[in-house]
Amino acid sequence: MAEFTLPKNSKVKAGKHFPAKPGAKKIRTFRIYRWSPDDGENPRVDTYEIDLAACGPMVLDALIKIKNEIDPTLTFRRSCREGICGSCAMNIDGTNTLACTKAIEDCPSGDVKIYPLPHMSVVKDLVPDLTNFYAQYASIKPWIRTQSAPPPDRERLQSKEDRAKLDGLYECILCACCSTSCPSYWWNSDRYLGPAILLQAYRWIADSRDEDTGARLDELEDPFKLYRCHTIMNCARTCPKGLNPAKAIADIKKLIVERAN
Amino acid sequence: MSANARPLSPHIGIYRWQIQMVTSILHRATGIALAAGTILLVVALLALAAGPEAWDCVAACCRSWFGTILLIGWTWSLAFHWLNGIRHLAQDLGYGFAPATFVRNGWISTIGSLVLTVLVWACVFAQRGGA
Repeated sequence: MAEFTLPKNSKVKAGKHFPAKPGAKKIRTFRIYRWSPDDGENPRVDTYEIDLAACGPMVLDALIKIKNEIDPTLTFRRSCREGICGSCAMNIDGTNTLACTKAIEDCPSGDVKIYPLPHMSVVKDLVPDLTNFYAQYASIKPWIRTQSAPPPDRERLQSKEDRAKLDGLYECILCACCSTSCPSYWWNSDRYLGPAILLQAYRWIADSRDEDTGARLDELEDPFKLYRCHTIMNCARTCPKGLNPAKAIADIKKLIVERAN
Repeated sequence: MSANARPLSPHIGIYRWQIQMVTSILHRATGIALAAGTILLVVALLALAAGPEAWDCVAACCRSWFGTILLIGWTWSLAFHWLNGIRHLAQDLGYGFAPATFVRNGWISTIGSLVLTVLVWACVFAQRGGA
């Protein structure tokens, strides 16, 4: 259900302030959501002043600089630093994206605000609990499902045209930016699969080698799993890989209508 | 440490209000407003059937400042819901999913609905002034 306010234990309080070191040349202020499971306190927003003259260009560079030089307790996920692992997905400057591919200078003037992915259970600081998200991914059985026996002497082949149908789908890195940008997913993540998982579902429906399309559509034809998408379009606007989950969802809906005729 | 004690991360309070989210929420709000307005439309029709005295009463209400504000609100609701509804119809057919397209179309429905409302009420006020 839609609940617009945060639970009591989730209300965000004012936090600490870490001023820039003396002699800093190009100061930019970062306001970062903090919560620790260890102190029994509510979440807070800490303020860090960073010297951009001694910092890499990306928001992730600033986070790493804070962790290395100012506050080692700051907790966030990161790995590849090139937008392919999806670990550093978070809400930066009001929209979900990857900290590693978001340039600090692309954040409008004013403080750079950083929150964890929206409407998620927080493990610590900028780390959300993705257990439900991954369970939903597993529920669509994201692998090639076949009826026929495989060719004895080679892999299952695919024409170039059929392969091209996976463009715009296979690039998804499951960072969860889209799903956690979706108000429908905020209110119904217990039953609605959300844009990321539905795009992944369509990735297998669209694969010419998969032979279980009917069953896949049966599994999705549900008021909540699929039809909580109301084409709000936050997903397509926020995807850091430039993909379009809303379009994939529309294509699934179209296939369900077409097979009924 | 129990998972229940974990906070829920901020959502609608921190997400940037972009045009696609605004039009989505306005589509719902205007739909609700139009449903409520339908009841008053029925009241007006009943008054019309009941005779001139009842109708004069409804007309007087509509001409009051409060009635005028409500009617302007419904005019805008109808204009917005109609224009944005066309957008949703196109999306149901599979068109208009590119971000640049839905951002542009969202602004068209929003600004277009305001323009239509102004046009309609310019006519209404011109007639009222003449009457």
